[in-house]
Amino acid sequence: MSEKILLQMKNIHKSFPGVNALQGVDFELFPGEVHALLGENGAGKSTLIKVLGGIYIAEEGEIFIEGQNVVIDGVNTSHANGISIIHQELVLVPHMTVAENIFLGREPGKGGFIDHETMEREAETLLNDYHMSISPGAFVKDLTIAQQQMVEIVKAISYRSKILVMDEPTSSISDKEVEFLFQTMRMLTQKGVGIIYISHKMDELEQICDRVTVLRDGTYVGTKVVKDTSRDQLISMMVGRELTKYYTRDYKEPGDIVLKCENITDGKMVKGVSFELRQGEIIGFAGLVGAGRSETMKCIFGLTPCLSGEIYVNGKPAKIKSPLDAMNYKIALVPEDRKQEGLYPVQSVRFNSTIEVLKSFIKGILVNQKKEEEITGKYIEMMDTKTPSQEQLIGNLSGGNQQKVMIGRWLATSPDILILDEPTRGVDVGAKSEIYATMNELVKEGMSIIMISSELPEILNMSDRVYVMCDGRTTGCFHHSENITQEQIMKLAAK
Amino acid sequence: MTTRIQKNVKQYLKDNIGIIGALLILCIFLSIFPKTSGVFLTHKNIFNVLRQISSNLFLACGMTMVIILGGIDLSVGSIIALSGCVAAGCVARYNLPIFAAILIGVLIGTAVGMANGVVISKTTIPPFIVTLATMNVAKGLAYVYTGGSPVRVVTKKWQFLGAGYIGGVPTPVIILVFVLIITAVIMNKTKLGRHIYAVGGNSQAARFSGISTARVKLLVHTYSGLMAGLAGVVLASRMYSGQPTAGDGAEMDAIAAVVVGGTSMAGGSGKIGGTIIGGLIIGVLNNGLNLLNVNSFWQYVVKGIVILLAVFVDYLRNKKKG
Repeated sequence: MSEKILLQMKNIHKSFPGVNALQGVDFELFPGEVHALLGENGAGKSTLIKVLGGIYIAEEGEIFIEGQNVVIDGVNTSHANGISIIHQELVLVPHMTVAENIFLGREPGKGGFIDHETMEREAETLLNDYHMSISPGAFVKDLTIAQQQMVEIVKAISYRSKILVMDEPTSSISDKEVEFLFQTMRMLTQKGVGIIYISHKMDELEQICDRVTVLRDGTYVGTKVVKDTSRDQLISMMVGRELTKYYTRDYKEPGDIVLKCENITDGKMVKGVSFELRQGEIIGFAGLVGAGRSETMKCIFGLTPCLSGEIYVNGKPAKIKSPLDAMNYKIALVPEDRKQEGLYPVQSVRFNSTIEVLKSFIKGILVNQKKEEEITGKYIEMMDTKTPSQEQLIGNLSGGNQQKVMIGRWLATSPDILILDEPTRGVDVGAKSEIYATMNELVKEGMSIIMISSELPEILNMSDRVYVMCDGRTTGCFHHSENITQEQIMKLAAK
Repeated sequence: MTTRIQKNVKQYLKDNIGIIGALLILCIFLSIFPKTSGVFLTHKNIFNVLRQISSNLFLACGMTMVIILGGIDLSVGSIIALSGCVAAGCVARYNLPIFAAILIGVLIGTAVGMANGVVISKTTIPPFIVTLATMNVAKGLAYVYTGGSPVRVVTKKWQFLGAGYIGGVPTPVIILVFVLIITAVIMNKTKLGRHIYAVGGNSQAARFSGISTARVKLLVHTYSGLMAGLAGVVLASRMYSGQPTAGDGAEMDAIAAVVVGGTSMAGGSGKIGGTIIGGLIIGVLNNGLNLLNVNSFWQYVVKGIVILLAVFVDYLRNKKKG
């Protein structure tokens, strides 16, 4: 049995200044197995992967590959031991071709010169082997995210890897593309490759993974066979306590219509969207990536001009030409892409919390610091944000806590209408559940919420009503009392 | 093989159609405009333009690499002064053989470039700051060495490198052709070249692919220093003296040639072929303005506007492409 184990990591320790990221973690992988690595953000999954990939060096512990004790002290020794990692943020060079990216760092050729023809030919063979219709000469910047991911996979395979690590590979691709990814993974496992799979999505674990290892706060919690383990068991292993209620939602009769859109278009992605939002309700927007949901919200928030159609706020036509106008109508938008559109990563939690409401407590030309601290404190408490201090740089917080600060920032503008675009993307299970509870509180107090999400369970469990969008248009609307199924929504989303 | 060359030529023309057009318009204008038509197309003038362009293109070769890497090298202008003064000093003050003096000048430039590279690759201090510092140090050393006045070289042979001819063609132009070929081969045909694009395009990707980003940065900055050292020696030869004021602002002309040539300041993309056209545009423009007797103060204004225009046209083209 012992010689059958492909990879064994024993008692791995790694610490950073002030944090013990890994404290004696064990992990093992069989050939042909898909082994999930599960844990909240900050549990140590990425650190463990980086130790395996030679990006971090463990202070203690041993790694065995096919029974051999190996020392991994750099990216190159990791590759030499047959390990390849597909990182969550794709790491391809945009201005280089597919072939150049695949062979980056080990280009074929002699004496420092590159043999371009061999490189393209070998890349093409690899792409064909896995039925990928991508040209080796295409520039990476011209590919879709899903295609880029396929290139990453081919690149990883081309190292003749025995161990493949995939870090949240499905976070930005569509369901159809996920299916193709899984097929490719099955082809690989049949050849005896062992895959370590990191994902927050429980559905996927059940579909593709054989076993799962759970980490929590840098420690090893346990390893289970996926098909013998319930979802609730896994979640309680991850958070270390029973999550009594994952989704919190108390439905009540909503009030008057606060926001109504009639056939709005932006001339590009939004081709005719109509919906209404009542006071005290949550409406969910479901659809595929590229259906125009985020773009619709950008129109409503004045970030992109609305070319035709009408927007009514509280029954009156609203002229929204800029985010400032939208804020005057008491609308707030927490954007989809925290890193690009929301955070000031090298600034403090306080700076990030109060940037939208600064003008309300400026005295003369100076910022009233006491008031600033007060407001920041209020929303840290309300959102239950875990941060050592208000001065902490927001870039150092976990995804979940960053998102809580972002939501708090917009709540500070005391909006009537809160638009949340993918509010739980990259957020761990515990923080997700807390965000749901906060949303429930907010609508109870009379706020109205629009939530865009690609996670159907979250849409179905949190919304009063669900609008489905496809190709820039609203294609349907369901009330929560209709017992909506995921299939019904997908039918309308993929016309 | 021939089809491959045809394909490359076609691609080159397509990529640089805007600036090649601009260069042609400029040349045609200067050849038919009455005031300049008699002079512009003469042998003497063309060689003169090329000779003047050579120093800028030496710098621009290194600068193209540095900018594709996502950095900048502000020190090259000062390196011209330092290496030129020391090389001239070697001949005028210590009577060293000319060959040795040239070598020492080039090596001094290389050393300053290597110093930039060491700091930039070992720390996360931005290249802008590091090279700003070495720019001042190198300039200061040039003044210290010369005491502020030019080091004159009376040996006739000294002029060969900058003002001489080989088979009727100015020596600097011959050297330039070699340098351009070497740079183009490094950029397009070697692993180092690919790795420069990779580090500039996505340094994390490069690191995860096992590329030593520190080594690439060190080599590129050393190369930039070497090019600047060469430019300094050639210039000192052409002016019969090492001057501490030589190369003032030369780094800006080099950067202009690179960006007019279509290299992105964001790093990761660009071609040496574009830089050549960029350098030619700036050189021909300078020459044309002189031939037209435009006041030298106004020349700055015109040059600035042309740089902005060239980059703006590029911006419009990229915007169209989406």
